[in-house]
Amino acid sequence: MLGEGILKGLGETARNFAGSFVSAERLTTVQYPEERIAPIEATRDFPFLVYDGADWEAGLRCVACQICEKECPPRCIHIEKSKDKKPDFVGKAQFYPAVFDIDVAVCMSCQICVEVCPFDAIRMDNKFELSTTDRFGGLLWTKEQLAKPNEYYRQIHPTEAAETDERRVKELADAKAKAAAAAAAAAAKAAQQAAPGDGVSAVPTTPAKVVPQ
Amino acid sequence: MVAGGAADQVFVNLDHWIVGHTPVPLQTLVSIVISIATIIVVFAGLFALTTVFERKGLGRIQNRYGPNRVGPCGVFQPLADAVKSLTKEDVVPRSADHVVHYLAPLVLVGVVFLTYAVLPVGRNMTAVNLDAGVLFFFAVGAGTELAIFMAGWSSHNKYSLLGAMRAIAQMISYEIPLILSSVAVIMTAGTLSTVAIVEKQARYSSTLAHWYVFTPWGLAGFILFMIAATAETNRSPFDLPEGESEIIAGYFIEYSGFKFALFFLAEYLEMFAVSGLGITLFLGGWSAPFSFLTWIPSWIWFFGKLLTLIFAFIWVRGTLPRLRMDQLMNFAWKFMLPMTLIVILSAGIWHFLTAAVVGPKPLGAVIRWLVCALVIFAPFITLARTLERGRKIEKRTYRFAE
Repeated sequence: MLGEGILKGLGETARNFAGSFVSAERLTTVQYPEERIAPIEATRDFPFLVYDGADWEAGLRCVACQICEKECPPRCIHIEKSKDKKPDFVGKAQFYPAVFDIDVAVCMSCQICVEVCPFDAIRMDNKFELSTTDRFGGLLWTKEQLAKPNEYYRQIHPTEAAETDERRVKELADAKAKAAAAAAAAAAKAAQQAAPGDGVSAVPTTPAKVVPQ
Repeated sequence: MVAGGAADQVFVNLDHWIVGHTPVPLQTLVSIVISIATIIVVFAGLFALTTVFERKGLGRIQNRYGPNRVGPCGVFQPLADAVKSLTKEDVVPRSADHVVHYLAPLVLVGVVFLTYAVLPVGRNMTAVNLDAGVLFFFAVGAGTELAIFMAGWSSHNKYSLLGAMRAIAQMISYEIPLILSSVAVIMTAGTLSTVAIVEKQARYSSTLAHWYVFTPWGLAGFILFMIAATAETNRSPFDLPEGESEIIAGYFIEYSGFKFALFFLAEYLEMFAVSGLGITLFLGGWSAPFSFLTWIPSWIWFFGKLLTLIFAFIWVRGTLPRLRMDQLMNFAWKFMLPMTLIVILSAGIWHFLTAAVVGPKPLGAVIRWLVCALVIFAPFITLARTLERGRKIEKRTYRFAE
């Protein structure tokens, strides 16, 4: 009959109206500043720089390779390479960023910088309450503001951090094994050179070609 | 009659006291100013309350809280809104007709406030007791159409004009059932004065009041009146002139700041006014439904009924989606118009089925009620069947949106 559907609809909304006062399950709203829900693990907002150890400046993993700077779609990353080199975690001499700035007003949280970083140096944070009264300087973060310890990374993204740590431990072990092998080979060579007379093995005496830099 | 006691006449006595203490040459002026100021303050305050209750009510209907940040439970939200609309920039389009653009919201608010002059909000609480009160209400109320078209035309914007044209088409179409459904009441009461119509309904046989809504034609007439009133005040589901999703905001798209707030105010005031008229015509105005409840002051009854109708408006807004233009027109001309004519017929039959025709009180009254109900209900069924014939309502399937 005409108007039947309208009455049914009115009944439905009346149930909602009354129900929202009675059952708390109906109200899905989270009263944000007072109530919060814990962020899910995959949450990402803006990047940060990971460092190992206690000193943030010494422990920074970034080697200023500038891949992220080039890949960043909105171009919010600004890096200046250092003049000198520092040994990294496996002992290899590397550059480090003299300046590393991210403009979070420009960043679009795409995570491409994280995907391309070969050094596990940049990762996504889950902090989102970043409003400031200074819209220029306040949103341009320097490397000091960006640097966060690896422990923090483990805390916010445990699964990802475990994978990264495992990989880095393996890398370090490989590097150590390689160094040990190299050292062993060098020792063997030295031993060989120290005991001439066998005359069997042809020892290359010519020095390696010097490639002009 | 002592019903209601001192509290019933407290405002009337206060008014008399103030007027009595002013010099004689100024008394008329002071009396007028008091009436106007009271109407503006009370109904503008009601508007502020309604905006927050509407937002909270709609929120609850949609299972959310609604505004709850400004003040305890968000009751000071209207203050925040007022500050916002007062401090916003007032933008006038360069190509607009500046004078008409400026005048439109003023005319709208002015016209709507004029309609309150004839509303009896309590016993002896009518600003002007006109002999042609109902006629005055409709005549002045028609001015809103002019103001809306002024706004739509002067903005020099296609959406504004579309909204204004929709508004005109809708308001003219629904004014006919609105007036025809009140004709039944005017016929029965034999007067156009709103005060007299309420006094006719404020009588009691045994305990029940003589409200027209208790008669079959009154009930049907009240429902038709409220539907037409919803359309007349451009409220959902008849909010085509505003249609946010189609023409953004319709005729007030080019208004900002306080002018926009005035449109908003006028829309709500129109809703209160037409609800007030519905209460006056069908729900017995300020009278109590039962004779043992007459100790409650008359103005409490009026505002209680008004708040109930406002809640009904909010409820309907939270339930029904917007109509299409052709549905709107079909509903007005093919359903509302014939039904209001049938209501008038039923009211006529009610008038002539006196105790002399149908017999003495208990049984005769029942027969009279049933006959008049049948006169409305049978055509309603026929009309509904005819309108629904050939229309298959089936579940809509979405090919691409799933």
